[in-house]
Amino acid sequence: MDKPFAITLDPGSSLANKTGSWRTFRPVYVDRLPPCNAACPAGENIQAWLFHAESGDYEKAWRSLTENNPLPAIMGRVCYHPCQGGCNRQFVDSSVGINAVERFLGDEALKRGWAFEKPAKSSGKRVLVVGAGPSGLSAAYHLARLGHTVEIHEAGPLAGGMMRFGIPKYRLPRDVIEAEVQRILDLGVKLKPNTKIANIADAMKAGKFDAAFLAVGAHIGKRAFIPAADATRIVDAVSVLRSMEGEEKPMLGRRVVVYGGGNTALDVARTAKRMGAEEAIIVYRRTREKAPAHDSEIEEALQEGIMVKWLSTIKQADEGEITIEKMALDDSGFPQPTGEFEKLAADSVVLALGQDVDLGLLEGVPGLEVKDGVVQVGPNMMTGHEGVFAGGDMVPSERTVTVAVGHGKKAARHIDAWLAGETYAPPPKHEVATFDKLNTWYYSEAPHQVRPVLDIIRRQSTFEEVVQGLDEGNAQFEARRCLSCGNCFECDNCYGVCPDNAVIKLGPGKRFQFNFDYCKGCGVCATECPCGAIKMVPEET
Amino acid sequence: MSFQPVKFYQTGTFTVGNRLLPPEQRSVQSQEKRYNSINSGHRACQGCGEALGARYAIDAAMEATNGRLICANATGCLEVFSTPYPETSWQMPWIHSVFGNTAAVATGIAAALKVKRQQGERRNIRVVAQGGDGGTTDIGFGCLSGMFERNDDVLYICYDNGGYMNTGIQRSSATPPAARTATTMAVGPEPGNVFGQGKFLPAIAMAHEIPYVATATVADLRDLEAKVRRAMEFQGARYIHILVPCPLGWGTASHDTIRIARLAKETGVFPVFEAEHGEVKSVLAIRRQLPVEEYLRPQKRYAHLFGKTPQVEVIARLQALADRNIRKYGLLEGN
Ligand SMILES: Cc1cc2nc3c(=O)[nH]c(=O)nc-3n(C[C@H](O)[C@H](O)[C@H](O)COP(=O)(O)OP(=O)(O)OC[C@H]3O[C@@H](n4cnc5c(N)ncnc54)[C@H](O)[C@@H]3O)c2cc1C
Ligand SMILES: Cc1ncc(C[n+]2csc(CCOP(=O)(O)OP(=O)(O)O)c2C)c(N)n1
Ligand code: SF4
Ligand code: SF4
Ligand code: SF4
Ligand SMILES: [Mg+2]
Repeated sequence: MDKPFAITLDPGSSLANKTGSWRTFRPVYVDRLPPCNAACPAGENIQAWLFHAESGDYEKAWRSLTENNPLPAIMGRVCYHPCQGGCNRQFVDSSVGINAVERFLGDEALKRGWAFEKPAKSSGKRVLVVGAGPSGLSAAYHLARLGHTVEIHEAGPLAGGMMRFGIPKYRLPRDVIEAEVQRILDLGVKLKPNTKIANIADAMKAGKFDAAFLAVGAHIGKRAFIPAADATRIVDAVSVLRSMEGEEKPMLGRRVVVYGGGNTALDVARTAKRMGAEEAIIVYRRTREKAPAHDSEIEEALQEGIMVKWLSTIKQADEGEITIEKMALDDSGFPQPTGEFEKLAADSVVLALGQDVDLGLLEGVPGLEVKDGVVQVGPNMMTGHEGVFAGGDMVPSERTVTVAVGHGKKAARHIDAWLAGETYAPPPKHEVATFDKLNTWYYSEAPHQVRPVLDIIRRQSTFEEVVQGLDEGNAQFEARRCLSCGNCFECDNCYGVCPDNAVIKLGPGKRFQFNFDYCKGCGVCATECPCGAIKMVPEET
Repeated sequence: MSFQPVKFYQTGTFTVGNRLLPPEQRSVQSQEKRYNSINSGHRACQGCGEALGARYAIDAAMEATNGRLICANATGCLEVFSTPYPETSWQMPWIHSVFGNTAAVATGIAAALKVKRQQGERRNIRVVAQGGDGGTTDIGFGCLSGMFERNDDVLYICYDNGGYMNTGIQRSSATPPAARTATTMAVGPEPGNVFGQGKFLPAIAMAHEIPYVATATVADLRDLEAKVRRAMEFQGARYIHILVPCPLGWGTASHDTIRIARLAKETGVFPVFEAEHGEVKSVLAIRRQLPVEEYLRPQKRYAHLFGKTPQVEVIARLQALADRNIRKYGLLEGN
């Protein structure tokens, strides 16, 4: 043994000392459910697609987004974005503008002509989709991607449902609908317009369909009894908006009164204004706070000069004039008549009081259950009749485009399983990444990027789109405001802060691994992970 | 500021890495193949700030010198937990000095390297010395002051955990006022360490007018790395004083080490700045100012301040010290 003077042992590395044995807790990488994802009715994996948008890979972002929702350019315009209501960044400054980034990606896809990947093989099964609204389109898309042959039968002349025959152009330009629908048809989905299904059982038999998805929406405007003189024009909002799409534009006159407090009321009043009405007045029996319309839309309407009579009901309609009664909220927040009346000049009254479902096509179908005017479905979106599924406005729902799209996706997964004689079991939901799981110290200050808005003159006289899109610069900035709640975004913090070098960096896109030979379980990595992607769990003894 | 922070990119330069930044703008610690100058298997406590601070600093120095670095290390936790013979965690030339003479040992190495260069050694090998606050501010102070005064070509790094931790948490001249240690017990009319004693070594180092003096904490990696890099650009004596929380000595949760260091900076308790030739050149501004209580409360060494009757006067005195730091170094400016 040749050792230097006074040396008796070989110098060794401390790697011989496995400090992992000290551990009482162990860190575990987790993927928690971001609250935005949890709040999205279409089940989008928002954090995941923002992750790609952050690095400028918009195509990957779009592909990730469209795994759940085939209509991002539409959704980026009309979705009421409940995701943003759940977004953790609101507790830092203000929510991430998810909807604006979604629209940017949707528009980018249309600009660049990105197409969906065709399914690898065909199942040989035929599915009938009734109605080409968002729910039917979403179901058709998902079914087609799963390899099924899909036909959409649509009563109207064009696809889109309420997105085309309800939502006005100034919120949703029609070329956007065209393009996003076409992309679904390019997958091989067959659309048959002007084909109203009179009876679903007959149609299925005639077309040899193995299953059907019904999404006929709710199109029959609700009426209210208003004593009226013969000459008074009383029309319903859905018909007015629908006729906006035809050759014959509706005649509403100079002074238009709209009855109702939902988004439809606002849309019709704003439409009337653009059609040249001098006055467009909304009459609603409750207060602004209680109105079902979204506050941002009320705000936009007020900016455009729409007037609102809150706490008012229409008592009578005469020629050129209506009588309204003031209401007062009682202790339970319900409007009660006060006996105080007022007269308003009105050339027409538009009723925007909600819609009922036309259930004609379901007559004689056994097993179906209809409650409160809507068709009942199970957790798998199947009606009481085997093989007939339904979704969107015709089933119990919040009646939004987003919910309709979500129903379409969910139904498609269950139909796919049902056709194979199986049941679809959704993957278990991860624990939600609540704000207390984050360490927000690490995020840069970054103000919310606001979408530009059309000038007010053009908003009052044209149907040009009111809210414009973000450009690449601020869309990416907005995406980068995302905190990546609950999902590793490769910030290297855990790798850096471990006093024991017990975190192994696997390389870009591959995340990290713990080296349990040396991890002492101090928990620094978990505390300093900005996004809450590490959890400390007790070590088994 | 010691470096140009990246303003946005999601987490900017606050996190260790950032996949959105070009690789050359990322930290030394974020590299997949970093030096790991002090390797796994060391016997430091769970969540040890000193082990972390040493890897941050020495890896940065290794990077700045291309791995041509020799280290002298004073007795203390860092030496004891890393090198129980025959094992060592150091993956670099490393010499254990005694408790009080590290600066002198480093001076000797620097002198030897100078001779070697005169004899034809072409490589530019640099020297770093490191020790705890006890080994630096107390027993090693004479050697260190001499090294400064002679302007020897050594970077001296002090890991300040506010006491003689390795021998059981005794008071040092860097122990903060009111802190409980084994020798400043939380008993009597003025429990904990006394006010009005001790020293702030960075200021003394600056008084020597050496080329470079800086303070840092383990909570601001990018700042710390930039300072080590900057220090390596100078020839002569340089001093970096790093605040490294000690979970055992301070009575903090092992997972809170970085959080506590961050609070020390954000409350103004520990000023983070750099100075050249005796003059302050930049400060790391407070980002979100907090009262000192936020820093004190999670630490058991201050538990006596938060008993049945909170010691509001003592807390106010500590706040006044923090406020003085904020004024003196302009810690609220420039953010
Ligand atoms: C004015 C207005 C504005 C709105 N604004 C928004 C908004 O901004 N954001 C939002 O999220 N939601 C909004 N909504 C709600 C949203 O439009 C609906 O919830 C959504 O369109 C419902 O989708 P669906 O697919 O269930 O039905 P629909 O969109 O109504 O589509 C049903 C389709 O089925 C067809 N059909 C009906 N019967 C038959 C039959 N027997 N045979 C063949 N085809 C048939 C119809 O022609 C129609 O095309 C708005 C609604 C209205 C009325
Ligand atoms: C001359 C001498 N006196 C006392 C000691 C015992 N001793 C070893 S480490 C240490 C304390 C070290 O404190 P510090 O330098 O602050 O380092 P820390 O352990 O806190 O990191 C003491 C007192 C010694 N080794 N040599
Ligand atoms: S910060 Fe990002 S991941 Fe978190 S809730 Fe908001 S959008 Fe979702
Ligand atoms: S910081 Fe390191 S030692 Fe501590 S728990 Fe995480 S991996 Fe383990
Ligand atoms: S600290 Fe950063 S790199 Fe580590 S798990 Fe969390 S997000 Fe991922
Ligand atoms: Mg010490």
